[in-house]
Formats: sequence, structure tokens, C-alpha cells
Amino acid sequence: MSKPPSVSPLVRSIEALSGQVIADCYQCGCCTAGCPIGEAMDPPPSKAIRLLQLGRAGELLDSEGIWLCASCMVCGTRCPRGVDYALIAEACRAVVLRRPVRSGRVGPETVTDEDCEEIPQQAFMASFRKFSG
Amino acid sequence: MAEGKSRRPEVAGPEPAGTQSASTDKPAISPVSRRPRVGVFVCHCGINIAGVVRVPELVERAKTMPGVVVARDYQYCCSDPGQQIIRDSIKADKLDRVVVACCSPTLHEATFRKAGEEAGLNYYRTEIANIREQCAWVTKDRDEATDKAEDITRLAIARATHDESLEPVGVTVNKRALVVGAGIAGIQAALDIANAGYEVVLVEKQPSIGGHMAQLSETFPTLDCSQCILTPRTVETGRHSRIKLHTYSEVAEVSGYIGNFKVRIRQKPRYVDFDACTGCGLCMEKCPARVEADFERGMGKRRAIYRLLPQAVPNRPVIDAEACIYLQKGKCGVCAKVCPTQAIRYDDTEKFVEEEVGAIVLATGYELLDHEKMSAYGIGRVPDVIDGLAFERLLSASGPTQGEVKRPSDGRVPKKVVFVQCAGSRDREHGMPYCSKICCMYTAKQAILYKHRVHDGEATICYIDVRTPGKGFEEFYQRATDEGTTYLRGKVSKIFRQGDKVMVWASDTLAGRKVELEADLVVLASAVVASPDGVELAKRLKMQLDGHGFLTEAHPKLRPVETLTGGFFLAGCGQGPKDIPDTVAQASAAAAKVLAMFGQDKIFHAPTTAWVDEDICVGCGNCELTCAYGAVKVDLQRGVAAVNVALCEGCGACSVACPSGAMSHRNFSKKSIYEMTEEAVR
Repeated sequence: MSKPPSVSPLVRSIEALSGQVIADCYQCGCCTAGCPIGEAMDPPPSKAIRLLQLGRAGELLDSEGIWLCASCMVCGTRCPRGVDYALIAEACRAVVLRRPVRSGRVGPETVTDEDCEEIPQQAFMASFRKFSG
Repeated sequence: MAEGKSRRPEVAGPEPAGTQSASTDKPAISPVSRRPRVGVFVCHCGINIAGVVRVPELVERAKTMPGVVVARDYQYCCSDPGQQIIRDSIKADKLDRVVVACCSPTLHEATFRKAGEEAGLNYYRTEIANIREQCAWVTKDRDEATDKAEDITRLAIARATHDESLEPVGVTVNKRALVVGAGIAGIQAALDIANAGYEVVLVEKQPSIGGHMAQLSETFPTLDCSQCILTPRTVETGRHSRIKLHTYSEVAEVSGYIGNFKVRIRQKPRYVDFDACTGCGLCMEKCPARVEADFERGMGKRRAIYRLLPQAVPNRPVIDAEACIYLQKGKCGVCAKVCPTQAIRYDDTEKFVEEEVGAIVLATGYELLDHEKMSAYGIGRVPDVIDGLAFERLLSASGPTQGEVKRPSDGRVPKKVVFVQCAGSRDREHGMPYCSKICCMYTAKQAILYKHRVHDGEATICYIDVRTPGKGFEEFYQRATDEGTTYLRGKVSKIFRQGDKVMVWASDTLAGRKVELEADLVVLASAVVASPDGVELAKRLKMQLDGHGFLTEAHPKLRPVETLTGGFFLAGCGQGPKDIPDTVAQASAAAAKVLAMFGQDKIFHAPTTAWVDEDICVGCGNCELTCAYGAVKVDLQRGVAAVNVALCEGCGACSVACPSGAMSHRNFSKKSIYEMTEEAVR
């Protein structure tokens, strides 16, 4: 379905990665209602898509919710508009993981305790693979 | 009168049935017999056309085109002075064809053809070159637009050059109407037509009339009792001297054409003599067989011999053969024993009756979405999840619980009721993509009525958007919230049973969180869908349906109660979901259209129909298979196809399907198409 591309380049790349059309969502909240960890998800799926609709992708990428999503795909299965949030969350994770790091090399010794708290484990592994050795 | 065969126009044109005599523009019997004299009139349409197309240049170019004797332009050709210019020019320049380069023919073709006719030019010799919608509005560059406008005009001139003088086909009208479906739409249409003095045949598949409205408790936004406002209409219909009622019957077959239909009606066996029965009801009291009542939508039972409701019109029971012990096992016969008038007829069979009518109103109505389409909502599996119509029966004073709200599983009064809106509506992935229009209001009404019945009850409505575009609707919605109904914004994801409770997974999108609700009863506002029986009938009648089975109107704005097939009209939810006031208004509108037809002794049909060159036709029957209107039939005796011009809508499908080129289209012949194509690729 052809829809005008989103204004924000970040949202556009999330759309491209996930294959989902953000504008298709009409904010009924069915995804949030069915999410098995909906109480813990912050932001919950419908709100996350709302942030993307408003071009506020940065807020979503910094959130914890995208890492909590277990990709059970209940949201997408019951969505009346055919938008699959599990794929969007996956795309958001990919965007975070692909962010460039400032220093050229990464080793376990360079990681501070603070980083350990903040950086997702997947990101550690990915960066070790890419930037160590 | 139209005959079932066509003639070759070169030999003899169609019978002059119109007001104009055939001699009006005698010289042009055949286009090749003399040089055509074409007048071209280019309309500015304010700046709509002139803002893009260089009109003076187009006029100059038109003057050089073959056959053109005069070309002029005017600000608004559709205005009175604009039409006068055309009329004057026809007389002064002795024009025998006119081309108006202006807007779409759907808007002003009739205007200009009429203007030409007033100046003595045959109605079918004026052609439109659409240089607005197909050129000015879709082209930015002025040079390109002017070139394209020239091309379009040249094509129209090529077509006009081959136009013959045609006369409209006159058809006599049988001034009786058939109304299919006796819900409130069919009842209203039938009453309006009958009260105007014409006979109506009203066919209803159920044993009595009233449709879904007879199932409703009270109606929004006034909360007047549905039965109380409906029964005066059903009684009037039942007693009307000009309404012939066929209940427990279905339309089996319709043949013929506008003004002259033959209808075959199948009457299902009632097993009760309609004339002998007095409707005393003794049989229904004594019948030992009990089955689920469809009318009560799973909320109550009925006997094998039954009527839908105590106020049934006609008040005559029927026997459900599948439930009747005597008809299944040959034993019982209680109803026959107790009947004081010996009206039971176990040997009854289905019968067919024929009716002749001139117009048909289709009021085939709606159903609610199949439970299977909403598997996540548990309906059909969880007993305390019911649909909106079932809840109407619980609220109805004449319903199975006499208006007391009791849940189906254990008969307890539910203290917490969750109403789920958009159950299948606005859901293109699992249900129907459209809005069912009535659910926002009836859910608000049901919540209000529930709170009236159960004072300490809690009503929660899960909604996506509340839509209240109607008189008094917004106020009614406010009333629901004022009376303590909780509105929770979010679509429900899942409904399931937990112990004796029903759990609802909803969300509160305004607070941005997931919500789990515990309910005693859940009411789904299931999507309104076209009645499956209506869809089946419409397909047999070759009516046009939209992608969801709703009947398609001839024009969404300007011809909302007509269909594309002459003589067929629409009313009620068969055309699309709507509430009672809209349904009644539409039914009266359909009746008005029928009456407008009955006001004439003859109706005239456009003669731009298909015709067969019998010298070429081999009678292969491709045309007959292709025709959507049943207008073409192969005459088996003579081995050639014959066109019923009264039925033919001039769509042209048959002439495309014809392998030998025998089938053609008056004033859109193959020759004119070739020449237009030649002009287009020049």
C-alpha cells in the first residue's frame, strides 16, 4: 500500500526495516490490550507507535519497552489494521544496535560499571564482535 | 412496445415512440449520404477549463477539423445564454451534429442534448468532449492541455459524424410494485406506494413481518418502545386492501424488464391452513417440542409450532418441520387434536405463485457478523458473551425474560456488564473494514437501559471512537456518561471465561495502559453485514453488490435509492448499515421513485442499445453469457441473437464478446470506434 513517507528519517528507516506502515495505525489500542506483558511495557505498543506517528522516534529508541517485547506477535495477529508492532520493536532494536560508537575499539576492560547498567547485553555482544580484536 | 429482437438501423430505425417525429432531421439517415455539418462549442467553465486550456486557440483548431462548419466558445455553455447560442447556431448554420467540449457527460450531456432537441436536432446527435475532468483538471502545462483538449474534441467530432438519429424506446408500465423484505424499510415502502393508490406485493421470508425492528427493546435516542412504534405499521400493512402479503415466502425468480416483471414466489409449507386458523394460540401452548428460537437469538426457546411474537402480523403460526415430532416421527399430533378449527395440515407442501409487477424495491436487510469471524472474542464458546441483538431480547418487555436482564449461563442478574464496540467493524484484517454506523448509539442505549433495570449494576463500554452524527445523538451519548456508564477508550483484544466470570483484555489508551476487566456478561456490538439471503437473491437478480455484499446504488449521491438496473430500487440496510430514521427516509424515497415511474403510462428507455446484424450472427451465445442484464438471448429457432432493448443498458459488453462482429452498439458502432482510434493516433 502506498502511503506518503514519514517526515522523520529515523521513522522512515524504522518503517523500511520493519516493513510496516506507521500511518496505518488508528490508535485503537488492541495491541496494548492483548500484550501479555502490557503492564510492564513502557511505552505500551500503541503508545510506541503513536510516538513514531508524531516523529518522536528518539524517545522510543531510548525506552525500555522495545527491549521487553518478546516478539510473541499477539499484537500484530489481532491488529485490525495489519500493523505488526513486534516487527517495529525489532526494527527499533536493530537501529539502536547499529548506532555508531565513538571509540574505534571496544574491549571488556573499556566498559564502565555505568555502561553495564545502561547498555543492553545484546549491544555489548554485537560491539565486541564488530569492534574487538 | 419493445420486442425481443433488434433491427438493422440502416433498414429501418427503431419504432418512433418518442414525442419527436422521425422526419425532424430526415436528411441524415445514413452518415455517408451527405457531408456532416458539425458545430463545436467550447465551454470555459469559468477558469476550470480556460485557466489551463487555451480556449481561443482550441476554437481556431476546431474550425479546421473535418465536417466542422462552426466553432465557438462561451464562458458557461450550460447557462441559459450558453444553450441559446447552441440552439441559434443549429438553426442558422443548419447543423446536423453538435459537439460540446465541456465537463463530464454525466453532468451536462442531458442539458446539451435537450438544448439541441429544442432547436430540432435529434437528441442523440449531440456529443460531449470531456475537456475538464479528463484534461484541464489533470494537466498542468498549458500547451499540453491545449493539445490534449484538441485530441479529445477531434475524437468527439469523429464519433458525432457517425451518430444516427434515434428515438427513445417506449415501454408500458404495470403499475404494481413488489417489495422484497418486510422489515421497517419494506413496510414503509409498501405503505407509501399502497397509500398512493397502487397495489403492492410484499414478500417476507419470516412467518410474520417487522424484521429486526420487532426484536428491539427501545430505540435511540428517544427511548421509545420499538414494538409500540412498529406495531401500528405492521397492523396497517396486514390490513391494507392494496397490500398483498406473502409471508414465509421467498422470491424464487424474476424475469422481464422495467415496467413488466414476472415474479415467481416460493411459499414455504406452513403446515397450518392460513384461512382456517384464527390465531387462538392453543396449539402453541400444547406443543411438547421445544427448540432454540432464532428470533430470541439463543436467549429463549419456542415450540415446534410457533409465531415470532405475540403481536405477529399475520397472527398465524407455522410448524417448524425439523422440530415437529409428528413430522419427524409420525407420532404426537397434539396441535391437530387441540385445534378448534382443524387448521393443521401435516401434508402441506411448498407452493409457487406468480405475480406481475412493474417495479421492485429490494429491502433485504442485515444480519450480524458471524461469530466464527470473532474467535478472539469467545462468542459462541463462552455462554455469557452475547451479541447486541441477543441483549435486545433480554431487554425487551416481550422477550424471553420479560425485560429482566438475566445472563444466559446461570440466569443470574449480571452486576458488571462490559460492552465491546467495533466487534468486527472497522477491522479490515479479521472482519469488515467499514463502520457499522449504529453500534455507538445502540451500545449507549443498552448501557442506559441496563442501568435502568439493574440499579447497582456497572456498565463499561470499550470503544475506539464514539461517533454521534445524528439529531440528538451526541446528547444521548452524554446522557449515557451522565447516568454512570464508564467509557474506556481502547479496542478489546481478547475475551475468555475464568470460573463464572468473563475476562476482558482491554486497554485504556488515554491513560496509556493495559486493563483487565472482570465481567458477568459481555455484549458485543457485532458488525452489521448484508443479509446472506439478500446477497444470494441479489446475485440471482444480477444486482450490483459492493465488496461486502451490500447493494450498490446507481449514484452514491444523486441516485441513492435506484440501482443500475431499470425498475429496481433500494431501501434499508441491504444497501448499507443505517438506523431506523435513515431507513424509513430511504424507504419513502424509494417509494417516491416507484410512484414517479407509476405516474407515467409509458417510460422511455435510451435507444443507445446493442443491436445484432443478423446476416453475420451465427448464434454462438457469447453475448448471452456476457450480458449482466439478461437482455440478450439467442433465438434458437432462427439461430441468431436477439436484444431486448427494454432491458439493454447499453454497456457494450456483448459487442466486445462477439467473435464475429455481428453485435454492435447504436451510435457507438465499430466504425465510429475505428475512426475515433484513428484520430487518436494520428
